[in-house]
Formats: sequence, structure tokens, C-alpha cells
Amino acid sequence: MLTFIVRRLLWTVLVMFVISAFVFVLFFKTPGIDPARAIAGRNPSPQILAEIRHQFGLDEPFPVQYALMMKDLFITRDLVSYSNQGVKVVPEIFAAAPATLSLVFGAAVIWVVMSMALGIAAALLRGTIVDPLLMILALIGISMPVFWVGEVANLITQSRFHDTFLFSWVPPLGYTSFTQSPVGWFKGLLIPWITLSILYIGLYARVLRANIIETEGEDYVRTARAKGLTERRVLLRHTLRGSMISYVSLFGLDFGALVAAGALLTEVVFAIHGVGFLFFQSLGNLDLPTIMAIVVYGAFFIVLANVIVDIAYAWLDPRVRLT
Amino acid sequence: MADPLLEVRNLKVSFRTEDGTVQAVDGVSLTLAEGETLGIVGESGSGKSVTMMSVMRLITDPNARFEGQVLYKGRDLMALTQEQIRGIRGAGIAMIFQDPMTSLNPVYRVGWQIAEQIQAHDKVSKQAAHARTIDLLKSVGIPHASERVDDYPHQFSGGMRQRVMIAMALSCNPDIVIADEPTTALDVTIQAQILGLIRKLRDDFGTAVVLITHDMGVVAEMADRVAVMYAGRIVEEGSRRDVFYRPQHPYTWGLLGSIARLDRPKPRRLATIPGLPPSLVNLPPGCAFGPRCAYRFPACAQTPPLTDKLGNGHLDACLLDPQAKKDARAGATPPELVEDAT
Repeated sequence: MLTFIVRRLLWTVLVMFVISAFVFVLFFKTPGIDPARAIAGRNPSPQILAEIRHQFGLDEPFPVQYALMMKDLFITRDLVSYSNQGVKVVPEIFAAAPATLSLVFGAAVIWVVMSMALGIAAALLRGTIVDPLLMILALIGISMPVFWVGEVANLITQSRFHDTFLFSWVPPLGYTSFTQSPVGWFKGLLIPWITLSILYIGLYARVLRANIIETEGEDYVRTARAKGLTERRVLLRHTLRGSMISYVSLFGLDFGALVAAGALLTEVVFAIHGVGFLFFQSLGNLDLPTIMAIVVYGAFFIVLANVIVDIAYAWLDPRVRLT
Repeated sequence: MADPLLEVRNLKVSFRTEDGTVQAVDGVSLTLAEGETLGIVGESGSGKSVTMMSVMRLITDPNARFEGQVLYKGRDLMALTQEQIRGIRGAGIAMIFQDPMTSLNPVYRVGWQIAEQIQAHDKVSKQAAHARTIDLLKSVGIPHASERVDDYPHQFSGGMRQRVMIAMALSCNPDIVIADEPTTALDVTIQAQILGLIRKLRDDFGTAVVLITHDMGVVAEMADRVAVMYAGRIVEEGSRRDVFYRPQHPYTWGLLGSIARLDRPKPRRLATIPGLPPSLVNLPPGCAFGPRCAYRFPACAQTPPLTDKLGNGHLDACLLDPQAKKDARAGATPPELVEDAT
């Protein structure tokens, strides 16, 4: 177990280094990008540009610049945004993270519950008309782009039907923190949660259905039935357990990616000022420090999600040992 | 004779497929007395497994159709509700499967899997189920049973896993154990051990055994009675002695002829049965073995019934008259049945 943790930590550091270095190189080697100009604002004089370059260490050699940025990010933690002078990047991300985590956690709960229900229902009702109907529904869910669903949801709940009894409870766009008002938090996030989870409900229901049907053909499921277990127990203890392995790995990866600013479109559409929203803004402003910090933060969550998936694997399947 | 423990009456199982209806089991009738061992022999696809799986109602394919009756202690299993058949599976009729590598759930400890079955049928505490599991593992010859009960299936060898399966099958003292090719996936040396174990447990527990196999050797060693299946039908059925020494059906002759014998001069090649088993999709009427049979005559175009021609409980489904069979069998293996395998 200890070797597993140490190895994973080293792996995390390596992944974060590679990703940050890659983003750094990509940023500076992309033609037409001059961070000094982005910092200086409109029509700067050459002297000001030179001063800025010096102040931000942009006249240093390439590796030194990278090292300086990493130092500011990790050690002194006072990396400053290029576009928004005086704003420290690290606290900014920490301030944005709760909104993103709220959004993604809530959506994950919805999509896990719904996709399990749909996947199991479809697998059990195979051979009836319900199964293909559910799967077509799932396919429609997968096919609808999240930003479109979000805009349509806004159109319905914020304008067209806002005054009807159905959606009069929907607050204006934006994020209310849980500590401020739990009810406001829930009301404000419900529509975004549903919007974000639709794609995953469809995807996961299909994956789970396929896995259940595959596991259903395993010899050990037949054994379980031959033992005289109830159908319910055969399903929950044997079939579903065997079907969960790819479901869990998929979930870990998607969840990690969403926490790592992957819910950007949903956040932008619903004006939730989370990490994805921040990422969206900093991309528009070519704000390298913020981009860099978010990328590193994202890499951390993705690696973390992978570790959790590995631990879950070992729990699900004793043949997989943690070494 | 008292009512048999298990009686299969004219069981038919068919599967709807894209190519047409597959008649996997076509009117099989069987009886099994208490404590008896019945061997069901046949090649792959002859319907032997499907027959016994249908008895347990373990075929979940929605395209399967069943006809006929399966009487167990006078109750028709085919007419029971899910909950009623569940109470019989594992407790009244237990099953041992072919491949112990895949028949145990890899994610649970073996002891847990056996205790799960005990607790599904008997209202006993976890501790009691666990203790009984250890006793069972001991009785099937697993060393250090009290420690190994907490191991996972992948920590056992194939032979040991099959012992675990046998312990599981016996865990609720069933009247009948159906063993579906229990030794096929094992090494030859382990096969003998497992067969020995099944025989010993059968004698100790007085359990009736249905042994499904394609191995005539296994049948010769274990069975009291033998049923030979071909293309979903029983073609010959009788006591082990009758079937082995006085086989009546040309297919049985072929099966027996294909066994290497140590008490005879070594043949240049083992005999084979020419041709292949027929496809079970839209099987034409008539004797299914007809196209491969050297003794076919016009009457074989009609499906031959399984009848007791000799009047001694030895049934066969061949229309040849007994004298003709005797003549044909006179020269050990009929020359027509010997084919050079090149």
C-alpha cells in the first residue's frame, strides 16, 4: 500500500510537470502571442513593454521563466494574473473551486442514480420494446450538446415559462454558495445539474446496460442462479458487481475531467463563476498565469481521480492488487 | 418401483434464431431414482446440457421455448413460480458446472459464496453457515479448510476450485446433483480424483447424480444407467452393462468404437463416425443419425421412437430388428463404420 501511494505521488508530480511544461511551451511558441502586450493594455510604448518584460521576468531565458512561474505558483503562491493586475491566481482558483465542485458533485449524483436506473431497467427488459426505447432516449441525450441544452433550459426557465407556476422558483443565473443559503444553492444549481448530467446519464446507461448483458452471460451468474438465490440478489450481488468495473473507471475519469474545468460550457451558460468559467475568461485574455494554475490544478484532480479509481478497482476485484 | 425422484416427460426445448428454430431438445424423457447415478452421454450440441439446464429452469434466453413436464417429487418444475423454483435450486437439485475457473465469482471469498447458498435456503446464523462451510470444505478434501475458506477463487487451482464447487453443491444436502461435464476442464490426474470424490460423496450422502459428459470412460466408471443423446433426442438408454456390452444403436456403436482399448490389439487408427452431427435448425423428420449411419434403410425416413424392443428396460431408437443388429455387431466394430481419418 505504501509503495502504491509513493509511486502515485511521484506519478502525480511527473504528470503535473509534463502538462505545465507543455502548456508553457505552447503558449510562448504560438505565433502572435506577446504576454507583455496583454499585460500593458492598449497601444503601449516600447519602453513600457520593456519595463513590463523585465518586471514579469519575460526577458529571462525560457527555462528560467518556467522555473520562476512554478516558484510563484507552488512556493510563494503569489503568482499574479497578467490581465487583471493585483489579482493573485491561487486564491482566485480556490475561491472558484466550490462552485465547480458543487456543480459537478450534484450532477454526478444525478447521473449515477439515473444511469443506474435506466441501464438496469433496459438490461432487465431486454426483448421488450422498453429496452430499445430507453436506449434511443439515451442516444438522444448523448447527442445533445450541453451548451445548447443549457441555452434552451435558460430560455424556458428564465424567460418563456418563468412566470408560470412550473419555473417561477428558478432564481436568476449565477451561483449562490451553500454557506450563504443552502436553499438558494440548491435552487440555483438544479437546472445546471440536470443540464450537465444529461449527456452522462445517456452514456453511462448504455455502458451499464452493455456490461450487465455481458456479465449476465458469465458462468458465475449462472452458478449464482443455480444456488437458488433470489433474482434480486443475483442481480445486485453478482451481475451488477461484475458490471461495475468499467462503469467505475469511466466515472473516475469523467468526474476528474469535469472538476478540472471540464464543466466550462455549463458554467459559462449558467454564469456560474467556477474554475471552468475562470478558464474560459483567462483563455480569452491570454492570461498565462491563470491558465497555468488551472491546468496544474486540473492535472492534479485528474490524477487524483485515477488513484481513486485504482483503489476502487482493488475493492471491486480482489485479483487486482495494489502494488 | 416407487415414483422416481425426477421424471422428465417429453421435454422439448427450442430456440428462435435468425436462421430458424433450433430444436435443441426434442422430446426427451428420463427418470432418475433415489440414489441412482444416470450418465447422459453425447457430443457437443446433442442437447444434454440444455436438457438438464431446463430441468433447473436455468435457461434465461428470452428466445427459448419449453414444452413438456419435469416432475420432481411429483411437482412439475416447469409450472412453478420463480420463487418456488428458487427454493428447489441448490436445496433440492444442485448443479456442478464444467469450468471451475469461471463458475465461481472471482470477487468473493469461496467461503462467502458457499455460505451465501446455505443462507439462501436455511435460516441459520452467519457463524453457523461459516462453520458448516468449513466442514464442507474439509469433506471435499481441501487442506487447511479453516484458513482457505477466506481465500478468493483465483488463489485455488482448478481441481481445488472444482472441489469448492462440489462442496457448494452439497451444502444444502440436495436429493439430486447435476454434474455438467465436471471433469472436462481438468487435468487427467485431477479428473480421477474429482470422479473419486463425487463417487464417495454420492455414497456417503445418498445423493442421486446426473452426470453429463461426452466421455464414455467417465460414464463407465460412474453410472448405474446411461442415456445416449444425439441431436436433441435420446437414442439409447439402459443399464451401464447393457449399453456398454450390448449396445443397440449404431451411434452408440460408433461412440464405443472410438475408444482406445487396452485389452485389444492396437488398431492402426481409432474408428471415427463419418460425417458431422446435423444442424439443429429445421431438422428434417427421420432418424437424425440416418445420414451418417451405415445401416440406413428406407424406414429410417420416419422418426424412430425410443422403445424397449428387448423387453428388459434397455431402450433404443433404431428401427433395425435386433437380429440384424446382432449380425452387424458380430465382427466387433462394423467395417463400414471404420473410416480412415485422413
